[in-house]
Amino acid sequence: MMPKAKLKAQKQTRAAELVQPLPEGGAWVTRARDAALARWSDMGAPLKRDEYWKYTDPRALIAEESLQADLLDTGSEAPVFDAFDRVKLVFVDGVFDAAASDALALDGVELELLADATKADLHWAREVFGTLEARAQSPVERPLASFNTAYATQGVLIRVTGTPAKPISLIYRRSAEDADAMLHHVIRVEAGAEVTLLENGPLAARSNTVIEAEIGEGATLHHIRSQGRDHARLSAAHIFVRLSAGAQLKSFTLTVNGALTRNEAQVWLDGADGSAHLAGASVGDGAFHADDTVFVAHNAPGCESRQVYKKVLRHGAVGVFQGKILVDRLAQKTDGYQISQALLLDEDAQFLAKPELEIYADDVKCSHGSTSGEIDSTQLYYLRARGIPDAEAKMLLVLAFLAEALDEIADTELAGDLRDRLEAWLQRHK
Amino acid sequence: MAALDTEVRDGVDRETVETVQSMAGTYKHGWNTDIEMEFAPKGLNEDIVRLISEKNGEPEWLLDWRLEAYRRWLTMESPDWAMLNVPGIDYQEQYYYAKPKSMIDKPKSLDEVDPKLLETYAKLGIPLKEQMLLAGVEGADEPRKVAVDAVFDSVSVGTTFKKELAAAGVIFCSISEAVQDHPELVKKYLGSVVPQNDNYFAALNSAVFSDGSFVYIPAGVKCPMELSTYFRINAENTGQFERTLIVAEKGSHVSYLEGCTAPKRDTAQLHAAVVEIVVLEDAEVKYSTVQNWFPGDEDGKGGIYNFVTKRADCREDRAKVMWTQVETGSAITWKYPSCILRGDDTQGEFYSIAIANNWQQADTGTKMVHLGKRTKSRIVSKGISAGHAQNTYRGLVSMHPKARDSRNYTQCDSLLIGDLCGAHTVPYIEVKNASSRVEHEATTSKVDDDQLFYCRQRGMDEEEAVALVVNGFCKEVLQELPMEFAMEAQALVAISLEGSVG
Repeated sequence: MMPKAKLKAQKQTRAAELVQPLPEGGAWVTRARDAALARWSDMGAPLKRDEYWKYTDPRALIAEESLQADLLDTGSEAPVFDAFDRVKLVFVDGVFDAAASDALALDGVELELLADATKADLHWAREVFGTLEARAQSPVERPLASFNTAYATQGVLIRVTGTPAKPISLIYRRSAEDADAMLHHVIRVEAGAEVTLLENGPLAARSNTVIEAEIGEGATLHHIRSQGRDHARLSAAHIFVRLSAGAQLKSFTLTVNGALTRNEAQVWLDGADGSAHLAGASVGDGAFHADDTVFVAHNAPGCESRQVYKKVLRHGAVGVFQGKILVDRLAQKTDGYQISQALLLDEDAQFLAKPELEIYADDVKCSHGSTSGEIDSTQLYYLRARGIPDAEAKMLLVLAFLAEALDEIADTELAGDLRDRLEAWLQRHK
Repeated sequence: MAALDTEVRDGVDRETVETVQSMAGTYKHGWNTDIEMEFAPKGLNEDIVRLISEKNGEPEWLLDWRLEAYRRWLTMESPDWAMLNVPGIDYQEQYYYAKPKSMIDKPKSLDEVDPKLLETYAKLGIPLKEQMLLAGVEGADEPRKVAVDAVFDSVSVGTTFKKELAAAGVIFCSISEAVQDHPELVKKYLGSVVPQNDNYFAALNSAVFSDGSFVYIPAGVKCPMELSTYFRINAENTGQFERTLIVAEKGSHVSYLEGCTAPKRDTAQLHAAVVEIVVLEDAEVKYSTVQNWFPGDEDGKGGIYNFVTKRADCREDRAKVMWTQVETGSAITWKYPSCILRGDDTQGEFYSIAIANNWQQADTGTKMVHLGKRTKSRIVSKGISAGHAQNTYRGLVSMHPKARDSRNYTQCDSLLIGDLCGAHTVPYIEVKNASSRVEHEATTSKVDDDQLFYCRQRGMDEEEAVALVVNGFCKEVLQELPMEFAMEAQALVAISLEGSVG
């Protein structure tokens, strides 16, 4: 056993090795970046020995060696959400591509690039940028997010004042085989407003993203993320959301392929009667490691939260789920639910889970469940008995298994698009 | 307990009130036996380890084993991952060996034991006379015999029914006697399930363990009676470090019970025990604990710090082990009775009730490590928090790649009484093959208002109603306990929650 002091020193040394001069910027962002760098240096880089990196080795995410990840040729297949009317903001290898993007204009929304906003000395984003990330460092440290706050120069700032007619769509494309990308988006949904944010596509060979979102009273944020089919992807994605009274969050992530994906979410229900639903579906084949680390904190009475995570794994794929429902003493009448399930399609796949409850209020209803197993032979028999071929029957059962997570998407058309993609991919690999 | 001080109300008979009153007396075993003791000097160093070994007349190999453990311990850090707030423990401020003076020349039989010691156990309801039976079961048609090994601070006072057990081939004695009489068995199995450097507290125990029980069930023998060890901490500032070793040979069966209490003292006391169980082919061991160490007073003063490593190794095919625990005492509990399911078709079960009231902190659960094929495990854990207490279930279910077609079912329920306490669930689930099925379920809620209302309508006062509802909540675990323990446990559940409502 390594003494704690020694481990801490090792982490700090590794962190120091990665420190570079901070990017230039106006007063507000400089303050935020200085503070983030101080957090990074103090916490140190993540190591496998850290409790919340127990099941995922962070080395590849912070290694200095040059990256090499082949580009995936998706042929004639149109990207996800292509058929939908939306405001498109395109990032190529993590850099905003104005030519490929729509104009930054949408009724009920102010859109601005981080690169522009950081030139000013004062900006509304200062209340959110780096602030939610700093708060997310407790109870569990997330040093990669601090690193992002300190160094990210690309991203978009979204202030929603009304209910825009179409979704805002962040489209990621890769052109280089060795690019490292960092994006930091800030969203503020003002009281009563409602917006849908879409993310899709392969961002870079290696990426580190942070979304900080503040949802005002009675406001709603829909977030749907499709992490592309990029086989070699190394990605650490964070989403930190604070909800005011009566606010709603619905966040869904589809993870297909990718060598190493770590999706961290921290949600605070700070106002009464808020609601947060987080869901994820991952499908992994072969050298696939997908980790969802999801914390929901109930800090006010009468809130509701759901975490629904489904993983289908085969050929050595590894699925990780670390979830927590944390209920403060003040959060009476909390309704918290969490389910994490894995379907292992062959003997090599692995499912590693740590679903936690931490509860300090007595008048609550909280439950969690976690299961792992192979395809139910009775269900398979039932379908086979009705003349459905084995491979087809298995695919149907896999889709049915994933459906509970997809059901968390409010917009049935968007959900339908993702379901069709999943079916097509499974069809090809059955 | 305001409700009980008031007069009997309409519709509530005197008997009901008295029953509740009798249950409601605070910690029942908090008295102390005034007896002359022999102590080793305070503090911990190699000389103390040597002294303990010498007092027990141990062979060289065991002393070396202890010293190795001590040296390892010095390089280790106290674990801080549990959800426990453990005040710094000054290991030099403790006594590591305390023996009643009357025990220096070991009495030949129980008749020669200091009457004060016998009185202590009589008062605790522990029968050291063979004709006596465990309290609470008088009048049973077929008297059930229970053999008892009574441990007082650092030494075993005596073991009952030795002759009858010996006739069946069963060895049941204190571990210090086993070192003398059966050194080959002790040498073979000691540390084979929990190695010296397994963890910080196991290393400490390996260095300074004093007494504890040794059980050996030969092949094919079904132990003719239940075996039980009763631990009593009496001396002040004295740590208790017992070590229990149970070996069940091929095809044997045994049910073992463990109970413990300690006097009420203002300063906290340390208890770091190790229990090792070796279960061979087709053998079955049932290990039941009612842990009722002094929990500290209402203000969180004093109490036992209970750091325990318990592990069973189902070494051969079809071995089976079952842990049942009722954890009501101790200021701090850090305890994870585990099962290594090594052989094919082995089975592990863990049933637990953990009650934390006032300022108690409990972080307890189990580990089920599935290594063999078609292994099965089942975990049922019931946690109850009241007052300012924090209660955590922490568990691991691990399915190794070779443990094909294995099965685990886990159910963890927590109950909160009052809004100043906490209930937490921290399961680790590691599945490395597809043919195994793992299911984990956990819930957290408060005592159901409807159930309380129903009981109150029928004349129960609030505290009594809560005790009844909580007993119902714990039923699945209580029914797994041997009868004598079940009764004690049921009463304990009520007592432990005393003062938690109203």
